[in-house]
Amino acid sequence: MSSDALLVELEKDREERRTKSVKVVVWDLDNTIWDGVLLEDEAVTLIPGVMNVIQELDRRGILQSISSKNDHATAMAKLGSFGIAEYFLYPQINWGSKAVSVQAIATAINVGIDSIAFIDDQSYEREEVAFSHPDVLCVDAIEFDAILERQEFIPRFITDESKGRRLMYLSDIQRNAVEAEYEGPKDDFLATLGLKLTMGRATENDLQRAEELTKRTHQLNTTGRTYNYDELKAIMDSPDHDLLIAGLEDKFGAYGKIGLCLLERAQEHWTVKLLLMSCRVMSRGVGTIIINYLISEANKAGVRLRAEFIRTDRNRMMYITYRFSNFENVSEVGGISILENDCRVVPDYPPYASVHIVDGIGCREDVFA
Amino acid sequence: MSEYKQIVRQFFSRFFRTDGLDDADDVFAGGYVNSLFAIQLIAWLEKEFSITIEDDDLQLTNFSTINSIAQMLGRKVGVVVPA
Repeated sequence: MSSDALLVELEKDREERRTKSVKVVVWDLDNTIWDGVLLEDEAVTLIPGVMNVIQELDRRGILQSISSKNDHATAMAKLGSFGIAEYFLYPQINWGSKAVSVQAIATAINVGIDSIAFIDDQSYEREEVAFSHPDVLCVDAIEFDAILERQEFIPRFITDESKGRRLMYLSDIQRNAVEAEYEGPKDDFLATLGLKLTMGRATENDLQRAEELTKRTHQLNTTGRTYNYDELKAIMDSPDHDLLIAGLEDKFGAYGKIGLCLLERAQEHWTVKLLLMSCRVMSRGVGTIIINYLISEANKAGVRLRAEFIRTDRNRMMYITYRFSNFENVSEVGGISILENDCRVVPDYPPYASVHIVDGIGCREDVFA
Repeated sequence: MSEYKQIVRQFFSRFFRTDGLDDADDVFAGGYVNSLFAIQLIAWLEKEFSITIEDDDLQLTNFSTINSIAQMLGRKVGVVVPA
């Protein structure tokens, strides 16, 4: 890619940030979700219309949590009696600072603070959060029903993953609790999960999710390039490209489609233009599995495997993953590092996961035949 | 040097069984580890020993055995890198 093309990428990225989509809405409780102050009035009622907003955000795949100064048990019981407790991940109900609570939620869900919106009726709470976290979108509770119309709260697509996102996070919470209690080496724990990775060429049904992955994934992303539906469709249809998508499941349930790889196949070498995976699978070694698969296919085809890497402030992990998969730095052009593996040695898949290839690279019929 | 080896071995044991692991055993070839381990290893080394691991240091051979990590630490720890 020329440096001009890189500038185009960076410009695209900036535009993305300008209309940054909200991934998590953090609600206050008193006079925001319900009318009144719970500790003064046990018989508070839901604010009319709030239920609809909560359900609609959930349907759009926007996660929700709570930051409220209240008694935890009393407030959770109240949410339970309204039948809405299960909509909120990692609720922070305590007497501490809301700036701290919002940060705790971002950390627990593993999203950037800039993808959080905070809804509260008290201006000093909003100001406190905004002061510590200028990138959090603070919304006055009286405007709560207008958020559904706001650009930041409208994802471009609603995919199967977005509709099931909350449930996936709930099973993550279960997994993490089991993992935290597990005594013994991490690898033994991974082996207990029964991980199953399924990978193959993307179909048209995968493209919305693929676009979403390129836009939502920043940490485990080798180039940070974003691609929209039409660009991905063109790549999918191109005879010298492969768009691979990976899904993961374990005994707790499905993680959904969590990995994407864009491969350009030339005569002498193949080039990984993009490799990304959702941060939800950070500790599962998915990157290495996908890279091992590519190495084994490149080995069969008798080509070298190259990978483009564009450094960002968050993606060093992917650089390390490549380097530890025997990729050497061969050149650097216009901010893009080119890494290469000669693919003479094909590593095994890790023993804790089973790998299923459905319609992989080798399955393509030769369109030139 | 042997102190480094002991600390590294302790870190390894959080990820996999180190009972039969020799200081010269290749932990990557033995199927011991995944990429997450590699990343956590590097983050831990940088923090624990206040060193910076540069791109050029990211050779598998620098990290593949307890011996090689200890050697790298011997080279890097306490060395002030000119600004």
